[in-house]
Amino acid sequence: MMDRKPILRVTAKIFMPFILLFGLYVQIHGDFGPGGGFQAGVIFASSFILYALIYSLHDAKLVLSSVALEIMAAIGVLLFAGTGVVSFFYGENFLNYNALAHDPIHGQHYGILIIELGVGLTVFSAMTLIFYTFAGRGR
Amino acid sequence: MSAHLPVLQVLIPLLAAPFCVVLRHRDIAWAISLITSLVCFAISLMILDQVLTQGVISYFMGGWPAPWGIEFRIDVVNAYVLVIVSAIGAIVSLYGRHSINKEIPRNQIYLFYTAYLLCLTGLLGMTATGDAFNLFVFLEISSLSTYALISLGKNRRALTASYQYLIMGTLGATFYVIGLGLLYMMTGTLNIVDLHNKLADVDGSLRTFQAALAFLTVGLSLKLALFPLHLWLPNAYTYAPSTVTAFLASTATKVAVYVMLRVFFTIFGVDLFEETGVPNIIMILAICGMFVASTVAIFQENLKRMLAYSSVAQIGYIMLGISFLSVTGVSAGIVHLFNHAIMKCALFLALGCVMYRVGSVKLSDMHGIAKKMPWTMGAFVVGGLSLIGVPLTVGFVSKWYLINAAMEADMMPVAALILLSSLLALVYVWRVIEVAYFRAPKTESNIKEAPLSMLIPLWIMAGASIYFGIDTDMTLGVAELAAEMLVGGTP
Repeated sequence: MMDRKPILRVTAKIFMPFILLFGLYVQIHGDFGPGGGFQAGVIFASSFILYALIYSLHDAKLVLSSVALEIMAAIGVLLFAGTGVVSFFYGENFLNYNALAHDPIHGQHYGILIIELGVGLTVFSAMTLIFYTFAGRGR
Repeated sequence: MSAHLPVLQVLIPLLAAPFCVVLRHRDIAWAISLITSLVCFAISLMILDQVLTQGVISYFMGGWPAPWGIEFRIDVVNAYVLVIVSAIGAIVSLYGRHSINKEIPRNQIYLFYTAYLLCLTGLLGMTATGDAFNLFVFLEISSLSTYALISLGKNRRALTASYQYLIMGTLGATFYVIGLGLLYMMTGTLNIVDLHNKLADVDGSLRTFQAALAFLTVGLSLKLALFPLHLWLPNAYTYAPSTVTAFLASTATKVAVYVMLRVFFTIFGVDLFEETGVPNIIMILAICGMFVASTVAIFQENLKRMLAYSSVAQIGYIMLGISFLSVTGVSAGIVHLFNHAIMKCALFLALGCVMYRVGSVKLSDMHGIAKKMPWTMGAFVVGGLSLIGVPLTVGFVSKWYLINAAMEADMMPVAALILLSSLLALVYVWRVIEVAYFRAPKTESNIKEAPLSMLIPLWIMAGASIYFGIDTDMTLGVAELAAEMLVGGTP
């Protein structure tokens, strides 16, 4: 239906990589400044939603199917909780990231980076799935 | 690993849930949830043992000590509730497979088990945590997954029921957070024990304090379905899949009652709580609930709805016990948490078997069913007798203690009302027995007894409701310890 709207199609194409890059920036930058997994996940999802809006839901699902998104959402949770579990094996309490590196500060740093990745993954997949579900109604 | 038991209790179902999504197969998901529930039950028993022998367990998340970090703090009260929740979880997942396969669309079954495990996580987390805000987070986890579980019901009205519960549940949770926010404003802490210490020297007539108590009471009353805030419950229980109803009826409201106990007795303390006059209001509402809900139950055609109303009445008994503020009263309330969980689980599991074979739980479809399904209806009768409070069943133990507490408080009319309301239970249970045993079947049909995999968990529950009616050492002993601790005011 968007075949006759070249401006929208081209603009979306140009914007896509920048949105994804900004999402990654917010993700990685989360521990130093404003940002983090949740915001990054939403930004990342917004690029997929833009793609689905302009190029149809069908095309978006060719890139990432609902099944893949469901599994990614689950893996995000596992990543978060699993990072906490690692500290068990070093004799520390659950979620104690001090155990992740030789130096507690580094440990905490790595811990936050990894769990934020989990958060980002889950938020991204959940947001996109919600959009898929609503957009796919009645088809 | 025994030092990590409190967190493992909550963590194992949380980790198992995403695996169900990743593996996407209904039988594997069932196996995962069964193993998880059994492990959780074992852990909860170990925790109870540890608490009884060594005293309070405290566990600091991420190594941050309380009151800064999140603390899991387990004493006799929550160890006891953990056992209730995980035991019911284990029984229900043992029972659920056939019933779920029949009642839920094939492609959604793995999602059902995921939601079930998350609900278990939330309920166990609410019970284990020692941080009032963390409790809210777990409350949301359990509530959101509960809405999903209810909406999986076959009947389209399950969606409306779930939506209704979503609105009421969200209101309840919001009120809880507002109340908590007010307490945080006064004390600057969210740790339950720390709240208790800091509120000890607060003047009971302070407006903020009273508003906080009001919000917390109303919010939690919504979650535990105290009359007249129970309106979400009958629909939710009626239209949810049978297994879900059995699970929720025996756990969700019980955990909400536990939270209320914590708020009243641990955070505020008996003296402050008594000053506010809230116990009197709760006592009146509890008694009204016992009568109104039991009376409504008598006129129900759908048996699941009948038992749902009966649950509201039973919550009335629990809250009545708590409102006496005496050790006997509170232990009656706490022991009824356990006893009601057992008998309601047995009753709803029996209805699940009927649903599985007959496809309906309407009274008019159950004429003479006891001849076709003797074991199922036998268990139903045991559960029903327990509901009435016949001696040698768990129901009797609770009512006996409740009446004792009423006499102790010099409230003979209340004791009389407890007995009177039991007669109402007799009426609605007898209606079912009459139809199932003494009416001739309407049409010849080839209804068979439910499969063994459903009957065994059903009879474990029915057996438990007799066993714990005779051997009360375990349940009453722990309940009394818990009540002494709560009323005594030691955090």
